[in-house]
Amino acid sequence: MKRETILNAALLLILLAIPLWAQSADEPFIITLTTRAVIFAIAGVGLNFALGFGGLVSFGHAAFFGIGGYAMGILAYHAQTYTPLMEWPFVIEGTKSMPVIWLVAIITSAIVAVALGALSLRTSGVYFIMITLAFAQMFFFFTISWPTYGGEDGLSIYIRNDFPGLNTMDPIQFYAICYVILLLVLFFVYRAAHSPFGLALSAARQNEDRIQAIGQGPYRLYLTAYVISGAITGLAGALFADLNRFVSPTMFSWQTSGEIMIFVILGGVGRVFGPVAGAALFILLEHQLGGLSEFWHIYLGAILLGVVLFARGGLFGFIAGREVAHD
Amino acid sequence: MTDAILDVCGISKSFGALKASDNITLNLRPGEIHALIGPNGAGKSTLIKQVAGGLTPDSGTVHFAGQDVTRLSTAARAQLGMGRTFQISSLAMEFTVLQNVVLGALGRRGDVFRFFKPVMRDKELLQQAHTALEQVGLEDFHAFRTSELSHGQRRQLEVAVALTLEPKAFLMDEPMAGLGAEGTERLTDFLDGLRHRAPILLVEHDMDAVFALADRVSVLVYGEIIATGSVDDIRGNPIVRTAYLGEEDAA
Amino acid sequence: MSTILLIEQTLNGLQFGVMLFLMAAGLTLIFGVMGLINLAHGSLYMIGAFAAAAVAAATGSFILALIGSLIAAAIAGVIVEMTVIRRLYDRDHLDQVLATFALILIFSEGTRWVFGSFPLFLDKPAWLSGTVMLPFGIEYSLYRLTIILIGLAVAGGLFWMIARTRIGIQIRAGENDREMIGALGVNISRLYTLVFALGAALAGFAGALIGAIQSVQVGMGEPVLILAFVVIVIGGIGSIKGALVGAILVGLTDTLGRLLLPQFFGLFMDASAATSVGSSLSSMLIYILMAGVLLFKPSGLFGGGH
Repeated sequence: MKRETILNAALLLILLAIPLWAQSADEPFIITLTTRAVIFAIAGVGLNFALGFGGLVSFGHAAFFGIGGYAMGILAYHAQTYTPLMEWPFVIEGTKSMPVIWLVAIITSAIVAVALGALSLRTSGVYFIMITLAFAQMFFFFTISWPTYGGEDGLSIYIRNDFPGLNTMDPIQFYAICYVILLLVLFFVYRAAHSPFGLALSAARQNEDRIQAIGQGPYRLYLTAYVISGAITGLAGALFADLNRFVSPTMFSWQTSGEIMIFVILGGVGRVFGPVAGAALFILLEHQLGGLSEFWHIYLGAILLGVVLFARGGLFGFIAGREVAHD
Repeated sequence: MTDAILDVCGISKSFGALKASDNITLNLRPGEIHALIGPNGAGKSTLIKQVAGGLTPDSGTVHFAGQDVTRLSTAARAQLGMGRTFQISSLAMEFTVLQNVVLGALGRRGDVFRFFKPVMRDKELLQQAHTALEQVGLEDFHAFRTSELSHGQRRQLEVAVALTLEPKAFLMDEPMAGLGAEGTERLTDFLDGLRHRAPILLVEHDMDAVFALADRVSVLVYGEIIATGSVDDIRGNPIVRTAYLGEEDAA
Repeated sequence: MSTILLIEQTLNGLQFGVMLFLMAAGLTLIFGVMGLINLAHGSLYMIGAFAAAAVAAATGSFILALIGSLIAAAIAGVIVEMTVIRRLYDRDHLDQVLATFALILIFSEGTRWVFGSFPLFLDKPAWLSGTVMLPFGIEYSLYRLTIILIGLAVAGGLFWMIARTRIGIQIRAGENDREMIGALGVNISRLYTLVFALGAALAGFAGALIGAIQSVQVGMGEPVLILAFVVIVIGGIGSIKGALVGAILVGLTDTLGRLLLPQFFGLFMDASAATSVGSSLSSMLIYILMAGVLLFKPSGLFGGGH
């Protein structure tokens, strides 16, 4: 078996073992921490689809994370205040149902990704980086100045949303939901990476002349990748909001975009499971260094700098070799 | 010329004061190899880009397979059946050799927007890919990473990818460059047979190959076609001799 | 609405634009000459502001504070360029973004560590406080007017430097053809350090000038950095002229949007709804402007074909 496969399996097992152990040891905080890691992993897997496979350096994925979060926040807010979301032209009620919220989060993020992607992909390189960063900032300022849903203070949701047959307020049960979603997302992304689309997208990243010579415009490939990527990160945002039972403009901040990117980089760009390792590592660092010093971001910055300057390929590159496997 | 597959009609392109293409007319008929020669800086790359896509001429038209493609994108022209190989290898260097050729076969079939089917297990694509690799003599290298190939092998791979596209015409930009004597000879033989599958517009520096292969030769100097004709016509053409061949024949 | 308010807000927009120009000019120069995207430019802005606040607290002199901001930011720029940035010139944009993002983390937390989390205050000097009487009976803040004039002077100086001086010739050569300046016998690595230090000094200077209007705190640089990106996207990357036009466009659009949009919605909505819709829309206005420019001129108003 390839080392990367073993590493993938080990990661999934560890993410399963830790909360089970924490459950038996009655450590709900550890479960919550692992839940955070899993949700961040989903967000990172989403970004990696555009960044790793398509080479689209989006520094604005907080936009989708936040949209997913606000999709949850707004729907649940209307459900908990018993006010309709919209009365005209037809009535839309809020909801506390997780699956419905996820669907709305995915669809809304995808629609926004179509609009933002169609504009930003008219450019490339540094322009693309700056534009994605700027558009995410637009949402940040918009939510701050839009008073209906809490403005700068954000929105609190008192009770976690419902999932049929489960008690979502029980940390381990909520964890199970997030873990299964991570598995489904990983499965989809793995298949997509090895599909005709994945091959063409990767070829476009490596050489745009090539992809045109076989009769495909790179723009449509990039836009599709960007939309899928945004939708996955949006789903993660909805879960994150449910974990905290709180949404605020912070989800849209440029720091959030940066952190999602860190998950991808620490793990290893372009590896399906890379962001899972990266997010887990991030949570571990946050927990360990955060306990060590209140200024732990200095160490995070130094580690990131070290990875970029000296260890491209991240954790996966370090353990499973530098070469990215393709088949 | 109704039977021409590719018809370039009076195209001009200027960059500032420089006339890179000056009222160029040429065509490509079924079954032929039409070679385009000219000294460096004659405007060959500019011309190729206007034919294959990437540059729009200031005036004039390009027709391909009965359609006006003057303003179409490179990708759209490729879909119509223009099979192009590049002067500077444009391959996906991280891919294996096989993946590059499968990509070509996938482009031919056109169903790129599928997200769930493992592409490297698609029997139809694999078969086409292996056939193309055999034809150019790269089958033994199919599992190699493209970046590990020699310069000449990358050239062969370019041709193999173009084969999988099953184009209506080939547009080959210096396929012999860097091949070495043996490689050039092999590729010359191969192209000789290939013209019956689809005609070839061949931009080439290697005069031996051009004179061995070409049914017709066009000579491009300073953005202008100064002569078009058979190999013998061109060899005997005094204008061409002074403008271009003279420099090389003098040696 | 009075004309006086409109003119006053236009001047405020101009002042905002001029500040953005100081940020954007450095960013766009650094990109044009070295091909580098520098997210840590906002940190240099912050360093300038903190240095100015510290010097002002120690000496009580605003002029010394401004000089301190220039020097501190330039020195920080030189150190960062020589230790980190120069390893990034040959890397792809992703590496540049990540490494300079890492620098933000280090600078921000480092500053918090040294100065604490509470904002510092930098007072404008007495001789620049108060208002000045402009023609048509308009009273305007002397300090803001000074910022506009200083900013325009710096812009003029930059244009002069690039058009007339040796360094300017080297910069222009570097933008056109990176190999050529090597062939001209220019010490490239010194030129790069110099350009980076110049950009850093401009950012630090902007931070100090703004620090006297707003509070000096960690994280003050990044929102300005992102606005400077919007300016560059609008103006076209690598173009100083584009940076100036883009900055003033963004400054005016933002300031006047905040004034006019709520009033516009007030024409057909009740007052509180108009304020809320107007203010949330005006917060998006410059990004909508950017989107519009992208639709019609993807490489910016003055962008070449980068």
